Amino acid sequence: MSPDAAAQVVLELRGVRKQFTSGGRTLTALRGVSLGVGRGRVTGLIGPDGAGKTTLMRLSVGLLVPDEGQITALGHDTARDPLAVQSSVGYMPQRFGLYEDLTVQENLDLYSDLQGVAAADRAGRYGELMHMTGLARFTGRLAGRLSGGMKQKLGLACTLVRPPQLLLLDEPTVGVDPVSRRELWQIVYRLVREHAMTVLLSTAYLDEAERCDDIVLLHEGEILGKGRPGEFREPLRGRTFSARAPAIGKRAFQKALSAVPGVLDAVIQADRVRVVAREGATDIPGQIARAFAGSTAEAVEPRLEDAFVALLLGRGEARAGAGPLPARAAPAAGTPHRPAAFPGPVIEVRDVSRKFGDFYAVRRATFDVAQGEVFGLLGPNGAGKSTTFRMLCGLLPPSAGTLRVAGLDLRHAASAARARIGYMSQKFSLYGNLSVLENLRFFSSAYDLFGRRQDGRIAWALGEFGLAEYVSMTSQDLSLGHKQRLAMACALMHEPDILFLDEPTSGVDPIARREFWSRINALAEGGVTILVTTHFMEEAEYCDRLAIMADGEVLTIGDPASIKRGQRSEAMPEPSMEDAFIGLIERRARGAEAA
Amino acid sequence: MNAGSGMRLRGLLRKELYQVLRDPSSVAIAFLLPVFLLLIFGYGISLDAEHVPVAVVIEQPDADTASLAGRFSGTSYFAPVFMGDMVRAEAALRDRSVNAIVHLQQDFSKRLRRPDGAPIQLIVNGTDANTARLVIGYVQGVWQKWIEELGDESGVSAAVPVSIEQRVWFNSELRSRNYLVPGLIAIIMTLIGALLTALVMAREWERGTMEALLVTPVTMGEVLVGKLVPYFLLGLGSMALSVAMGLWLFRVPFLGSVWVLSCVSALYLLAALGMGLLISTLARNQFVAGMVAIVATFLPAFLLSGFIFDIGSMPAVVQAITRVLPARYFVSSLQTLFLAGNVWSVILPNAAALAVFAILFLGASRRMLRKRLD
Repeated sequence: MSPDAAAQVVLELRGVRKQFTSGGRTLTALRGVSLGVGRGRVTGLIGPDGAGKTTLMRLSVGLLVPDEGQITALGHDTARDPLAVQSSVGYMPQRFGLYEDLTVQENLDLYSDLQGVAAADRAGRYGELMHMTGLARFTGRLAGRLSGGMKQKLGLACTLVRPPQLLLLDEPTVGVDPVSRRELWQIVYRLVREHAMTVLLSTAYLDEAERCDDIVLLHEGEILGKGRPGEFREPLRGRTFSARAPAIGKRAFQKALSAVPGVLDAVIQADRVRVVAREGATDIPGQIARAFAGSTAEAVEPRLEDAFVALLLGRGEARAGAGPLPARAAPAAGTPHRPAAFPGPVIEVRDVSRKFGDFYAVRRATFDVAQGEVFGLLGPNGAGKSTTFRMLCGLLPPSAGTLRVAGLDLRHAASAARARIGYMSQKFSLYGNLSVLENLRFFSSAYDLFGRRQDGRIAWALGEFGLAEYVSMTSQDLSLGHKQRLAMACALMHEPDILFLDEPTSGVDPIARREFWSRINALAEGGVTILVTTHFMEEAEYCDRLAIMADGEVLTIGDPASIKRGQRSEAMPEPSMEDAFIGLIERRARGAEAA
Repeated sequence: MNAGSGMRLRGLLRKELYQVLRDPSSVAIAFLLPVFLLLIFGYGISLDAEHVPVAVVIEQPDADTASLAGRFSGTSYFAPVFMGDMVRAEAALRDRSVNAIVHLQQDFSKRLRRPDGAPIQLIVNGTDANTARLVIGYVQGVWQKWIEELGDESGVSAAVPVSIEQRVWFNSELRSRNYLVPGLIAIIMTLIGALLTALVMAREWERGTMEALLVTPVTMGEVLVGKLVPYFLLGLGSMALSVAMGLWLFRVPFLGSVWVLSCVSALYLLAALGMGLLISTLARNQFVAGMVAIVATFLPAFLLSGFIFDIGSMPAVVQAITRVLPARYFVSSLQTLFLAGNVWSVILPNAAALAVFAILFLGASRRMLRKRLD
C-alpha cells in the first residue's frame, strides 16, 4: 500500500485472532491478522472457503468480537461501539437477507426505515439506485422471484439506501451469471468514483481479484500477502509461458510438463498448457522445445492465479521441508480399471426438455459426449446444469426428448445405467459423523461391493487418495480438500465408466483444485467419460469440449479455443472465456429482441 | 424513544405484517388450526360415556327385573341389550359388542326384599379404564335410584341406609366439552405464541435476513418488539375466534367477564411469546426450533396443564413439574372464567404467576438476544 493511502486508513485490524468452539472442537478462523484498508480504494479479500474471509467481515462490522487484537472502522472500535460502526458502514452478507416474500419496493422501504433515511430523500435515492441496478421495472415483483443476479443487485441497493462511507461485500458474485457479475463490478467502481466510497470485498474467484486496487490474500486464517495486483504479478514476470504440442494430447502434455524439473505449475488452458517456472529456472521454452518434438512455448503475461499458486506452493514446500509436495506427489496413478471400448457416444442427449409447471428448467438441449472425453457444462446458478445432471443420473424424468447413457435409455433402464455412473455432488454428500473408512465401506456396499473386492477397493482408495492417515477421522473434521478427495473416492468405488461431477471444486483452494483436475485427467486418459459442471471460467478451459448454458438453453457447444475464437471482435481480439460467455448471452438477447 | 427508533419500529412492524399476510403457514396456524382443533375436540372427542352398549342378563324375568331393565333403557347413558343367559353375554363382552354385563340372578326378586338385599353382578371391560369407571358409576347410579324409589313405593326402606343427593356445581350438565373448549384455547395460544414465533425467528436466522438486520442501526429491543407486537395481535385474534366458536357453536357457558378473560389471555400470550423468542435465540434453524417448541411448550401444555388430565390425580413429582408450566395457570383461569365466573381467589394468583412467567421469559430473551453472531 502506498504511503498516502496508508495515511487514510478507514478500516484497520491489529493482531486479530478469532476462534470458534463447537462440539468440543476448536477452530481458529483468524490467527493474528493485521490489515489496513485505504480510503477510496477497492480492496479484495481473496482466499478459498474456510480461509477466514467471512469471519473478518463479521468482525469488522461488530457482529463478532475478536478474541485478541483490535479493529477500528471509521474511527470506531468495533467491539466497544458496534452500533456506531453499524450506523456508518454498509455490509452485504454472503447470503444477503432479502425478505423473499416482500417486493423489491418493500425491501427498499424496510431498509430505509432501518437505516433512518428521511422520507424526503427517499424518492431521489430510490430512483438513483434502481437506475444503477437496472431494477426499475421490477419494483413490484417479490424479491424471491428475481434471478440470482438481480437478487444480489437488490441486496446491494438495500445496503446502499443510506450511502455508507465504507462498504463491505462478502462474496457478492458467487453463483451469479457473468453479465450480472460484470454489472455488479461496474456499480462498485461507480460508487468508489462518484461517492468516494471505500470498498472491501471478498471473493473466491481469482480473476476478480485482478479488478481490485489492493489485494489481501488470506489462507487458513493468515495473510499470505497484500499489495496491488501488479505487485503480486511482478515476481512472476519472465516465469510464465504458454506451451503447445499438437502432436501430444493436451492432457498428456500437461502431465509430462508437470514432471519437468524447472516447472512449478502446469495447467491446461484451452488447447494450450500454461506453465509457471520455478524461481531461478532458466530457459524453460528451450527445455520444453527440446523435450517434446513439435512443441512451441512462448512467454505470456503473469496472472494473479500464477502468483497465488506460486505463493501457496512455496509455502507448502517451506512447511514440508525439502521433500516434494504431497499435493503434487500423490495423484495421477490412474485407476487400474479401463472401461471397455464403447462405439459411438457414451452420453447422448437429444432435444431434452424439462418443465416445472410452466417454467422450462431445460429447453431442447442436445449434445453428445464421447468415451474418454471431459465434457463441461458451464453456466450460472439457475442455468439448468443441475437439472440436466439429475436427468442423466435417471433421478428426474425428462418432459420431452431422449437420454441415453452407455447406450441405455434412461426411461427404461435407469438403474442399469446408474450402476455404470459415478456421481459426486456439489455438497460432497458424505456422512459427516461417519469416519473415512465407514464412508468408503458404506458407499462401496451401496454399489454391491462386498468381501475381498470391497476390501481391495477400499485399500486402493486409501492409497490413491492419500487418505490412509485419516482412516478413523470423522469426515466432518476433514479439511475441504480432503472431503473432496473422499467424495471422489466414494464415487469411484465401483469403477464407473462414466463420472458425473457437479461443481466439484467450488470453494476449494487452487492447489486442491489442481490436484483434483490431475486425477480427472488421469481418469479421462484411462477411458472414463467425464461430465462436469462448473461456474469457474478457468476450469472450463480444462475441458475437451463444453456446452455453455443460460436460462435452460444451450447457447453453444464446442472446444474452449473455438468458443473463444467465435467471439473475437475488433474490440476484443483475445476474448477470455468470460468475455465469450457474455458475448453469447448478449447475442441471444439481441436475437430475442429482434424476434 | 427517538424519531429514528420510531421509524425503525414502523418498518419492522410493516414488514412482519406483510410476511404474516403472505405466508399461508402463519395464517393456517393462527386461524385454521384453532378451527380444526376446536372441531375435533368439540365434536369428535368427548370424555363422557353415552349410549354405552351393555348386556343386561335377566335369568328370571318378572315385574322387578322388568322395572329395573326399564331404567337401563330409559337413560341415554346406556344402550342395553337384554339376554337370558351369561354365556351369550360373556361372548358379547369378549367380541366387544358390549362394554359391560349387568347380571340379575334367578333369585333376584326373592332376595330383593330381604334385609341384606339382592346382589347384582357387574362385569366391566376394563381395557379403557376411563369408560370402565364411568360405566361402574352410572350402573351404581341407576341401581341406587331404582332401589330408593322402590322403597318409597312400598313404604319399606330397602337396603340403602343413606340416600345421596347429588348436585354438580360448575358445569352442571357434566359435559366434557364445556371444560375441553376453554382448555383448548390455552393450547391454541401456546401454538401461536411459542411455536409460530420460534419458527419465524429461526427463519430469519436461517435465511440470513437476521444478519442483514443486525448490521443496521436497529437495536435488539426494537427487533424484539417488532416480533412481539404482530404475534401478540395475531394471538389475540385467534383467541377471539376460538372463544366465539366455543360460545356460539359449542354452547359452552361463559360466566366470567370478557375483560378479565382478555387480561389473563394477554398475560399468557406474553409468556408464550417469551418462550418462543427464547427458544429461537437458542435454536437458529426452523427444524430444531419447531421440535424444541413442541416438546418444551406444546406437549406439556397438552398433557400437564390440566386441559385433559386432572392435575390433582397426577403423582406428586409430576404435579410439582406442572407448577413451572405457564399453561397450567392459564387453563385453570380459563376453566374458572368459563364455568364458574370471576372467582378472584383463583384468577388473581394465576394471573400473578402468568405475569411472573411473562417477565421471566421476555427478560431472558432480551438478555440472550445480543447483536452478535457468536
